[in-house]
Amino acid sequence: MAHGTRSRGRIELEVIETDIAIIGAGGAGLRAAIAAAQKAPQMKIALISKVYPMRSHTVAAEGGAAGVVASGDTLDNHFEDTVAGGDWLCDQDVVEDFVAHATQELIWLENMGCPWSRQASGEVSVRKFGGMKVPRTWFAADKSGFHILHTLYETSTQFDNIVRYDEHFVVDLVEDNSAIRGVLTYDLHNGHYRLIVCKAVVLCTGGAAQAYRDTTNATIVTGDGMSIAYRHGIGLSDMEFVQYHPTGLPGCGLLITEAARGEGGILVNKDGYRYLQDYGLGPETPLGHPENKTMELGPRDRLSQAFWHEAKKGRTAKTALGDVVYLDLRHLGRAKLDERLPQICELARSYVGVEPAVAPIPVRPVVHYTMGGIRTDIDTATSHCGVFAAGECACNGLHGANRLGSNSLTETLVYGHRAGDMAVEFCRQTQAPNRSALTKAALSRADALMAQFDVADQGQSCAQIRRELGTLMEQHAGIYRHETGLSQAVREIADLKSRYKAVDLKDKSGRVFNFELMHWCELGFTLDVAECMVHAALWRKESRGSHQRIDAECTQRDDDNFLCHSFATPTPNGAPQIASQPVRITKSAPGRRVYGGEMHTNGKVQTEDYDEEHDDERQ
Amino acid sequence: MNDNRDEKKIVFKILRYRPETDDAPHFVEYEIAWRHEMSVLDGLNAIRDSQAPDLSYRSSCRMAVCGSCAVMIDGVARLACKTFIRDFAKRGIVAIEPLENFPIERDLVVDIEDMIAKLESVHPFIVLQDACKAEHAQAAPNAQAAPNAQAAKPNVQTPQQLEKYRQFAQCIHCGCCYAACPQYKLNRTFLGPAALTLLWRYRQDNRDAGVRLRSAIMGQDSAVWSCTSVGYCTEVCPKLVDPAAAIQLSKEQSAFDYIGFALGRK
Repeated sequence: MAHGTRSRGRIELEVIETDIAIIGAGGAGLRAAIAAAQKAPQMKIALISKVYPMRSHTVAAEGGAAGVVASGDTLDNHFEDTVAGGDWLCDQDVVEDFVAHATQELIWLENMGCPWSRQASGEVSVRKFGGMKVPRTWFAADKSGFHILHTLYETSTQFDNIVRYDEHFVVDLVEDNSAIRGVLTYDLHNGHYRLIVCKAVVLCTGGAAQAYRDTTNATIVTGDGMSIAYRHGIGLSDMEFVQYHPTGLPGCGLLITEAARGEGGILVNKDGYRYLQDYGLGPETPLGHPENKTMELGPRDRLSQAFWHEAKKGRTAKTALGDVVYLDLRHLGRAKLDERLPQICELARSYVGVEPAVAPIPVRPVVHYTMGGIRTDIDTATSHCGVFAAGECACNGLHGANRLGSNSLTETLVYGHRAGDMAVEFCRQTQAPNRSALTKAALSRADALMAQFDVADQGQSCAQIRRELGTLMEQHAGIYRHETGLSQAVREIADLKSRYKAVDLKDKSGRVFNFELMHWCELGFTLDVAECMVHAALWRKESRGSHQRIDAECTQRDDDNFLCHSFATPTPNGAPQIASQPVRITKSAPGRRVYGGEMHTNGKVQTEDYDEEHDDERQ
Repeated sequence: MNDNRDEKKIVFKILRYRPETDDAPHFVEYEIAWRHEMSVLDGLNAIRDSQAPDLSYRSSCRMAVCGSCAVMIDGVARLACKTFIRDFAKRGIVAIEPLENFPIERDLVVDIEDMIAKLESVHPFIVLQDACKAEHAQAAPNAQAAPNAQAAKPNVQTPQQLEKYRQFAQCIHCGCCYAACPQYKLNRTFLGPAALTLLWRYRQDNRDAGVRLRSAIMGQDSAVWSCTSVGYCTEVCPKLVDPAAAIQLSKEQSAFDYIGFALGRK
């Protein structure tokens, strides 16, 4: 049977029943599956992913995972670094909960075989990372995400009640009587549509950085779960906050970990000058002696913003792949580079032809992480009964306006675990779903998807729309934003969305591995997410964390009006509606973010001082 | 990175197969413009975006760590994202085929289920002390490693202990070694390089209590003794894991274990 017009109405749908359906098999999804499998050995857990688990984007994380373990560190330190890093937009009850559970998850992973790097004594090592008072990043060389993902994947193979659905692309969630109790998938291996009927759904689908042209993220990171939840009326929070990582490779965007700076790497402009001292992050630290929260170990948003200013001043180097500054690691020496940073050396050699032991690496800020996502409570529950979300696709308020480096890997573990537990509890008090009603709804949904094959050729292509989207997001929703640009982005995305519907799929007969169909669906998801990003960015008329506006009246943080989350929900006319939700503050009143030498001279800054923030770097 | 910015042309000769319409795989040639920094994966993307929207191939991370994009490039199993067009520029043509020794699903996509099943068959997880005892009581061990996270502490593992398995834990499961393995080509029951490397990785981890279990797997007919020590797996491995070394070391261990058992050692 082909996908063609005549096949419609004869869609074959296989129906499978399970207790819990987990979508996404990266760090969060695997952790959720293992937690649920351990907690409820009798329950069936479907682990659904559009790729094999070890291909998930968790694999690309390099630097490490934060958890308090070093002597001299405290949970309060981790809490304060996270809240200040997030520019006081974090829900502080969540941060307290997170830091309290972080270390035990990292220990659990150690027990499961994760090859964390070690001290000579055999204890786990921790390294410095940006925005941290005390070193607390657990790491496995510079392949931490790779080792975490493989440890989770391999650990998961021992549980018979985890049934994997690899290379199953999730088309949609399926409702019966307004309750989400099914997952409609396209099985790439054979082209079948498969409905997975369940009592609880856990979304662990990762971020959406593919909305941007230049990103560290894998091509699979297309915002699928965010968009699917949103289409079912589940709100997305804080979508305006998109993190630029300050050190991506030019052109390809691949990540050079912050750990390179934690180990002592320095950033210099085209004149060899350590420009970060001009942006409130100095004084310059001696070569080879990085200091916490100073210079190169400032937070990611501030470093990316400094690059933007350097470019404006003409102090970045022009290359064929765009403006760059240089990450200089030469003074670390070959032995340390090989031990601590082998992967980024390999990346620099392969993708920009630079040997880090002998030459500085050209870098520039590229999109790395979406702080926003599916709104959940502290226990991963969304507004929709029986639907949970964890990891980058979720927004439980942990990261606020800017995520602290090393918190995301730990987040996948802490909240993946929580989501697995919560889903089990939910299943225990939930009736069996109505299989026939769900089947009917799924068939109708699959039929609607098939209708795309009937669209006549109007000259629209996914590749072109994706390119235009990426370019306009960089231009208008990048490191600095303003009302005119964002308004234009709102209009352009609406236009792209209408053109998107007119894309005619060329591969009408392909059933097996029809990636054109899958990529078309993904682009639809990405467009939804991008639309929420620009609407939320337009709504937030202030500057906070990764969201910086340069239009008049918006250049400062405005706690009177915007100490709140944005909350995007769909409306009948298609565009999202943005509302506000309160930020939960438990013990840290909004203060100034202080980095560099100012920490020592003016460390105890009072709340009212924060208005002066950024004055020095703004003009 | 700035040299050679002029656009040049190269032909990708791609083995295509669509099960719904094609009787057999056949080559199709596509000419593309390339720049110095473009990988073979970038080339495939360019072909998909402008010439062949129905061309199927796997890819994801673009940085040689997810293991999705392994294909045969001029007859050698390699990651498309870590192989550069510039290295094939002289001849002006490069052949891209699906990974050898795996059934073709469509175009450059192969069925890797057999490899995945083999990877998962070697108990690729830490067997805990207590679970290890239970495992000996059961014919088909399936250790439910379920520590109480609250009570757990990190194990001690010195850098020297880590070093004993670190290299063998770098495998990204891309399948290049299976495509290169002459034994796997002949004998599909052979566990193969990546699975045996994974087995050895856990065998060498001082935290693991599953030594007996792993010795038993290692000694099976389909395991290390099926390997004929050609070593091509190590040559093609994009992550320098050296599966041939893992298998060689496993053979030594397996022989030692056999003698030990024969002498009645526990």
